[in-house]
Amino acid sequence: MIRDVLLVARKDLRLEWRSRVGVGQVLPFALLCVLLFAFALDVDRGVLQEATSGLFWVVVLFATVLVVQRAFAIEADDGVLDALRLSGLAPSAVYLGKVVAITVELLALEVVLWLAVAVLYDTTLRGWGLLAATVVLATLGAAAAGATYGVVGLRLRGAETLLPLLLLPLLAPVLIGATSASDVALGRSAGPGWPWAAMLGIFSGVYLLLGSVLFRPLMEDP
Amino acid sequence: MTIDPTPVAPVAPPVDVSPSGRRPAPTSTSSRATRILGALSLAGIVALAVFGLAITPPDAQLGETIRILYMHVPTVSAAYVAFIVTAVGSVLYLWKRSEFWDLLAASSAEVGVLFFALTIFNGMLWGKITWGVFWRWEPRLTTTTVLFLTYLGYLAVRRIPTSVRTRATVSAVIGILAVVNIPITHKAVDWWRGLHQEKTIFGTVDPEMQGTQLFTAYLGLTVFLLLFAWLVIHRFRLAWLTERAEERSLDDAIAARRAEGVEEVAP
Amino acid sequence: MSTTGYIAAAWVGTFAAVGAYAVWILRRGRRASELVPEEERRWM
Repeated sequence: MIRDVLLVARKDLRLEWRSRVGVGQVLPFALLCVLLFAFALDVDRGVLQEATSGLFWVVVLFATVLVVQRAFAIEADDGVLDALRLSGLAPSAVYLGKVVAITVELLALEVVLWLAVAVLYDTTLRGWGLLAATVVLATLGAAAAGATYGVVGLRLRGAETLLPLLLLPLLAPVLIGATSASDVALGRSAGPGWPWAAMLGIFSGVYLLLGSVLFRPLMEDP
Repeated sequence: MTIDPTPVAPVAPPVDVSPSGRRPAPTSTSSRATRILGALSLAGIVALAVFGLAITPPDAQLGETIRILYMHVPTVSAAYVAFIVTAVGSVLYLWKRSEFWDLLAASSAEVGVLFFALTIFNGMLWGKITWGVFWRWEPRLTTTTVLFLTYLGYLAVRRIPTSVRTRATVSAVIGILAVVNIPITHKAVDWWRGLHQEKTIFGTVDPEMQGTQLFTAYLGLTVFLLLFAWLVIHRFRLAWLTERAEERSLDDAIAARRAEGVEEVAP
Repeated sequence: MSTTGYIAAAWVGTFAAVGAYAVWILRRGRRASELVPEEERRWM
């Protein structure tokens, strides 16, 4: 099982590495968002510093939509889904493999994005333990929900434009939890941060479980 | 929903008896059951208006605005019932693979979305009186709006042309994910607003309510659950008829193609 | 608008919306039942 998960994840990451879509398209888009927020919000009044974690996580959610779309677009070519179905891999292994791949890609993006935010928004990164836990758990949760919806978009041709509407409301708790926890980690708000991280962990667990179960009907249905 | 195959005793006058000797099939989505349900709902609405607008006194704290909550609270409760029905229909569809559960889930979701829209509408009017503005980031109202958008997505998925089976499977999955999201969003938004808690009695029947106020609150709940049942039955039958009509037009199209083919070959 | 006005708007708006939706599905139901043979619409 774990071997299969890693097999799928490695396949996706290798494809990703070769095509450079993440590095060449999604990451520049995310950096662009960081820039656009600066234009939209007054740079001289400290709004950006105040809102750093919120803006950061909004960008991550947008990037999640793109990465999920990409992760399943590579399966959309004729017969790849059938090949996966016939490969003998358990649907849940395919699902978890996708989640791992999406998580790794997003984590890489987030590291760069944090650095960009630290420089451009003049934010001092601290609270490393909480920040790292938040980043990992929020990303895992977004990937877990995202991968389930990604295959929905794959089954329904023409549903690509629908993915943001389906995915983003579902990720509202992730945005709330991740923003609040990051605010605490960065010292922008008092109050305990770890309950938020725990909520993100529960979110991830619930959607990982649901995704593993529901991927089978999504994949195997003719 | 299957059709009762047993002949019905001709209670209607003989003129109405169709050639098959049975009572004629209804030419709409109405049946005796829905007519009774509809009449009950209507009577309930009248009673609710009398109690909610005239008989009940203004609330000690909320004043006259409690009259909006007589609309707001039952619509949100009925909407949650609707989404639970959708989730149950979705699970049973994935299990039994029967059209009935798929169409029930879809019909229930549509009615639920309507009720959610009304909840938000009434909540905003209540807010305008109480806070002076239409919108505050009140937790219940915020949660409702996020979930409203979630279920708009569900309905949008159902409108994408695809095979009946794929549509049913995909929307069943979304129906399940969306219902799991309800408590999570609830909790997250509650915590998010935890520091700025505003006084509100949104979303539940206030435990301190008494007498005619309490009665009116439960009357409202009953009326909207009856309305929900009536709407869902009609919406389900409409969905059922639409599926049958589409099958028929497809059959006709295939038959027409075949006929063309025969003509081409015949000479 | 007065408090009474908002309360009236809530009640009228709510039942107008439910009524409009009901009329909409009932009319579509009538139209759809013309396209379907009799044995497909014998409701329980």
